[in-house]
Amino acid sequence: MALDLAKYRRRRLHSSITVTLCWAASALGLTILAIILATLLFKGLAGLNLKVFTEMTPPPGSDGGLLNAIAGSLVMTFFGVIIGTPIGILAGTYLAEYGRFSKVSSVIRFINDILLSAPSIVTGLFVYEVLVRPMGHFSAIAGAAALAVLVIPTVVRTTENMLLLVPNQLREASSALGMPQSLVIRKVAYKAARAGMLTGVLLAVARVSGETAPLLFTALNNQFWSSDINAPMASLPVVIFQYAMSPYEDWQRLAWTGALLITAAVLSLSIVARYLGTSRTPK
Amino acid sequence: MTDANSQAMAAAAARRKVLEGLKTTDNLFRWLTQSSAYLVLALLGAIFVSLILGGWLAVKTFGFSFLTTEVWNPVTEQFGALAPIYGTLVTSAIAMLVAVPISIGIAVFLTELCPLSLRRPIGIAIELLAGIPSIIYGIWGLFFFAPVLQRYVQPELIAFFKPFPILGDLFAGPPYGIGILTSALILAMMVLPFITAVCRDVFETVPPVLKEAAYGMGWTTREVVSNVVIPYTRVGIIGGVMLGLGRALGETMAVTFVIGNAHRISESILAPGTTISATIANEFTEAVGDIYTSSLIALGLILFFITFVVLALARLMLMRIEKKAGA
Repeated sequence: MALDLAKYRRRRLHSSITVTLCWAASALGLTILAIILATLLFKGLAGLNLKVFTEMTPPPGSDGGLLNAIAGSLVMTFFGVIIGTPIGILAGTYLAEYGRFSKVSSVIRFINDILLSAPSIVTGLFVYEVLVRPMGHFSAIAGAAALAVLVIPTVVRTTENMLLLVPNQLREASSALGMPQSLVIRKVAYKAARAGMLTGVLLAVARVSGETAPLLFTALNNQFWSSDINAPMASLPVVIFQYAMSPYEDWQRLAWTGALLITAAVLSLSIVARYLGTSRTPK
Repeated sequence: MTDANSQAMAAAAARRKVLEGLKTTDNLFRWLTQSSAYLVLALLGAIFVSLILGGWLAVKTFGFSFLTTEVWNPVTEQFGALAPIYGTLVTSAIAMLVAVPISIGIAVFLTELCPLSLRRPIGIAIELLAGIPSIIYGIWGLFFFAPVLQRYVQPELIAFFKPFPILGDLFAGPPYGIGILTSALILAMMVLPFITAVCRDVFETVPPVLKEAAYGMGWTTREVVSNVVIPYTRVGIIGGVMLGLGRALGETMAVTFVIGNAHRISESILAPGTTISATIANEFTEAVGDIYTSSLIALGLILFFITFVVLALARLMLMRIEKKAGA
């Protein structure tokens, strides 16, 4: 009897060690997040002022802001999403509606999931080969194309998932009224899955707006204001990269401020997306 | 009589016209969605083909020795991929060693231990960690994490492991701050939320009856987790780990900041090194000459191939557990 009690105590002890370790792991995860955000706020707020939004990126040693980088990021993200979203939505529609059970669809689904986590720098190399080299120069168009390649798999995935959640009775009822299939999809399925699909697009925007690697050798960088999408264009992540790696303190300060801006933008986008996704997604 | 007849005919013709219009848009829409779906396939093919064409010159010049030589000399135009491949594999392996136990711990916490009211906020916080762009991890790693390691952690590691024969070499050398270990730890932080998310999802597929029965027999939490939850979800966990590994192998910006970009293979994991993605990010725009560019693209091809295999295995395993959950 006494022996059993000792065994029981040992089991209890083992269990509480495991439980404690699990608590510790979670605490560690939250601590990392807190430290990163705190460092960002501390270093980023120090350099945050109106000039950041009104002046161009400076040469080392003089005052300046990040206006051209912010504008460049907005332009390239906008075009990347505008190009990538329709393709993604259409492909997702095919996977969920027309080819739900076909063999080709499962191959496409599989490949799409791989593209979803494929290294983004490879996307940069790909666009360099197919756009930058033939055109002979770096350009914002190439940058936007690289971002579009990243947008497509994200949107395909969420569109398909959201359309699969739409109850089949809705489709059957509309078909019974004599609606052709494309109208059933566009007028009924899309309407029912709207919130979730919007979430997918927002998540894609959040993902690509922080991407650096695919822009390094497609859009390159630009010290000055440029509204020519056929020329190199600055972007916030690339400027952060260049300035943070530089030995100049004022550049590094700007890099931190840029880092704060981009994190704030990306995190608030993904929070909004999550809120939309949970509040109005069909269950 | 004839009037009514012709009216009916006109109505029928109009009807046919509308229906035919609908048929055209119907086919057009179907065709559009189908070609977009095939475009995804074409995209993968195009990436492979463009990388092969771009890296062809390097492959032709160096042949198989490209994979086995350590030399990386832009001046003499001698290029070998061994050091970046080594760096990529080692940083990812260490990152996995650190991240996997922690991720599983967090996932167990979220599914078994956490009070229900905290479950969502903590889950969201961990997912936010996944949302932070990699360049932020890079700048944070360079200015905050690396100095902290250099000042407080690495000297201790060096002193502690010095007397041991093999471990002493592994942790030898001056504390640079940046290097293989620092990159690996940053990578661990980055893949942590991905592995956690997958593990949490697969843990939730365990039928409650199984766990309840085990608890009912008087099992402790640890015993339920290690004898019921983990065996039931093993394939899914491995899938999640592979998914994280795929991310870690291809991660670029965070590593580029803290790896040190040194083209050599050191015994010590505190020494600077390089990875495939960091080499491409650092050198591509500065690469002069066809053979240099081509070598970098060939590196990209190697990276894409490795991650493709790892991610494909991950997906296959996750598909297996999805089938199990559905059945």
